[in-house]
Amino acid sequence: MARYALRRLLIAIPTLLAISFIIFALLDLAPSDPTANLPLTIPPEVREKIRLSLGMGEPFVVRYFKWLEQFMVNEPLNVLEQWTGWTIGDSENRLRVLSWATRSPVVDLIVERLPQTLWVVGMSYVIAVVIAVPIGVISAYRQYSLFDQIGTFISMLGFSIPTFFTGLLLIVIFSVWLGWLPSIYDTTHVVRDWDSFVFQVKQMIMPTMVLALANASQISRFMRASMLDNLTQDYVRTARAKGLRERVVVLTHVLRNSLIPVVTVIALGVPTIFGGAIITEQIFRVNGIGQLLIIGIEGADIPLVQTLTFIFAILIVLFNLIADLIYGMLDPRIRYD
Amino acid sequence: MTPLRRLLVASVACAALTATAAQAQRGADGQLNIIYWQAPSTMNPFLSGGTKEVEASSMVLEPLASYDNDGNIVPRLAVQLPTVENRGVSPDLKTITWDLKPGIKWSDGTDFTAEDAVFTWKYCTAPDGGCAQASYFEGVANMEAVDALTLKITFDEPKPFPYTALVGAESPIIQKKQFENCMGAKAPECTAQNFNPIGTGPFVVKEFRANDVITLEANPNYREADKPRFQTVLFKGGGDAASAARSVLETGEFDYAWNLQIEPEVLTRMEAAGKGKVVSAFATSVERILMNFTNPDPALGPDDRSVYKADGSNPHPILNDVRVRKALSMAIDRPLLTEIGYGRTGRPVCNVLPGPEQYASTANDGCLVQDIEGAKKLLDEAGWVPGADGVRVKDGRRLSLLYQTSTNSVRQSFQSLIKQWWAELGVETELRNISASVFFGGDPASPDTFQKFYSDVEMYTNNFSGVDPEAYMAQWRCDDIPGPSTQWQGSNINRYCNPEYDALTVQMSKTADLNERAELAKKMNDVLMQDYVLLPLIYRSGTSAHSNTLGGVRMNDWDSELWNIADWHRVK
Repeated sequence: MARYALRRLLIAIPTLLAISFIIFALLDLAPSDPTANLPLTIPPEVREKIRLSLGMGEPFVVRYFKWLEQFMVNEPLNVLEQWTGWTIGDSENRLRVLSWATRSPVVDLIVERLPQTLWVVGMSYVIAVVIAVPIGVISAYRQYSLFDQIGTFISMLGFSIPTFFTGLLLIVIFSVWLGWLPSIYDTTHVVRDWDSFVFQVKQMIMPTMVLALANASQISRFMRASMLDNLTQDYVRTARAKGLRERVVVLTHVLRNSLIPVVTVIALGVPTIFGGAIITEQIFRVNGIGQLLIIGIEGADIPLVQTLTFIFAILIVLFNLIADLIYGMLDPRIRYD
Repeated sequence: MTPLRRLLVASVACAALTATAAQAQRGADGQLNIIYWQAPSTMNPFLSGGTKEVEASSMVLEPLASYDNDGNIVPRLAVQLPTVENRGVSPDLKTITWDLKPGIKWSDGTDFTAEDAVFTWKYCTAPDGGCAQASYFEGVANMEAVDALTLKITFDEPKPFPYTALVGAESPIIQKKQFENCMGAKAPECTAQNFNPIGTGPFVVKEFRANDVITLEANPNYREADKPRFQTVLFKGGGDAASAARSVLETGEFDYAWNLQIEPEVLTRMEAAGKGKVVSAFATSVERILMNFTNPDPALGPDDRSVYKADGSNPHPILNDVRVRKALSMAIDRPLLTEIGYGRTGRPVCNVLPGPEQYASTANDGCLVQDIEGAKKLLDEAGWVPGADGVRVKDGRRLSLLYQTSTNSVRQSFQSLIKQWWAELGVETELRNISASVFFGGDPASPDTFQKFYSDVEMYTNNFSGVDPEAYMAQWRCDDIPGPSTQWQGSNINRYCNPEYDALTVQMSKTADLNERAELAKKMNDVLMQDYVLLPLIYRSGTSAHSNTLGGVRMNDWDSELWNIADWHRVK
């Protein structure tokens, strides 16, 4: 298994290099201008100077390799230095990937935003999985029961209603009418004591629930379908004939086998946590990674968008591998060596 | 009023005054929550130029003088406004001498001197710095600190309106000590300085999170001991305009929300919740339709399409006739557009130069009334006769126009309304909208920028900073027409060329008397309007909202909206 993982990791390197080139080229070729959002009162000569100061005057290949060096070599060295406190080479003058809009290192911006994204989007994902798996199991086991009908109904709602609608609906009900929950997420809030913890929970409830509903409905449908497939298999009848208790049949035999496709869905969903939830973050002003990406796109902040997109690409490749490895654990028939 | 009564009233008034004076104390009013739905990306206005960054930094950095809510220049770090009369401006109009207020300190406790002002000029004009506000320092030959409190600015040529450099929120003064090692190409690397500038203003940055939130606290060294009244400011960004308005007007979580470009009836409904009010201020923004004076035919090559030829060989086949341009203007119902798109936050307008008040012409107000019949008659006169399908034809050419603008719901509803009115005249209109970042982007390779103007008419808003319209009115000069030879740069987007108009702009650049300047500006406005070079539609205001518990807001569209934030206070 270790050899297999290593091989996959090595194959990932050329894949990621190709992805990085495609992302860079696509964004570079797209018509966009970082000075486009400036007021029209700023004259064109000044705009041209701004563009030159951002390095837009250099040829494409030069910019690509510069970015590659900054992202692949300089930034990891920087992280290493920060963690260990060592000084490696000329760290003062090492060029980092700078955002055009803020003129500050992109990686610092991402690090600043990770906490709120992981808290809100990550928490919603955890809640979604915790809710969805039991719902899926029970719905399948008691197919067409009242529980299944209600579960199906709710997950259909979660599927079909977009988050920008549920988000607004919750704000109107809980912030405007009832005044119970804040409609704007305070990213500067620090949890120190019980009261500040309660506030943190309050400001997380709405964005987390909106996202959890959307994710849970998807996962519970997969879980239910997969369980239904397995419940009619011969090995289930065999298990029952052996006199195993129903609990063991369902939870040990059927659940384990049904989890294989669901694990793929869950694992491939994890990178989207880091990607943030663009719309939900925007509505509740969680200002996490998703909002950073959308601001970067709107403001034509190309280095920021390139770096973020590439990080997502790395995460997707990585979690694909993790999903494959988990198959091996769940299903003894799958052997990678 | 009897003497006794008068005495009584006076003593009550005195008591009231002392009561407020006793309360007025720095930081007494706690926290101020401000929401800008576009989040500032830096606190250094010289590196961004965006309105949100300029306004956020105006809480910290200050210029020599600001514009108040009526567009008057008011001294801030300067003792008074230098003029020819008080000998602050030399008679040849080539130098201006500013006297700085004594005793002003930076928020780090060091003295503010004229050296800092000189440094700011050097910082912004350093090569490779990409300073976004460089145009404020145009024409400045030298700046010198005569002594610690006297700043002398010398211009290359006589400058009739010398209040540009270091005036207004867009060109504030930064501290020399802090930014000394951040000149030119090094500017973007100074992240700590750009995010936490040391200023003379009422607040100091405590924590800056780019594109998210800024926390500020009262500047302990601010020159007025009892100000600012708020101890801390939470400046939150992100989201959209409607929910920003909601957070002030409906939920009351925030005290002030900026730039609320949302449908007028939505705003009115939110205001009805009674938690706050909407404020707007008018300065110089005008939504307009530009006429293309050159031929944008797609069949033409890149060296001819929408390119002005000095010999007049490439005129617009339809819009070259002033009668057609006038008819297009007459068909538009400006009051109705205002009502639909802007409500209280806009006014129908007939001038491209609507303010300051003394510069606004009244000669063109006839455009406020829609006149479809008159417009039809004009087109008949011009030889355009209705064809079989209702679209007018002349010499085998259909009266068909391509009308482009940026993607924005108000603009798209304007497009469809105007298309309908023009259809009544027998004008066929094809609509097109382009993403704002492309349309307003300066990419010379893109065919969709407003500068390239590959359409017959296009619509957007423009304005000018400050109160002096000289540079703004000089946009329509013949030598400022964009084209392939200038990489499509140039401010005369219309490709309008009129030697008489050029002469007026030259005359204005040589006139110092403010009244004469106003007359000239009006005359230029009237030339543009009566030649129907562009059709002004809406005089747009800056629109914000503040909570009922926030006092002291004097909405200002000439300068930063937060220009007087030191005076803001909590109303109990």
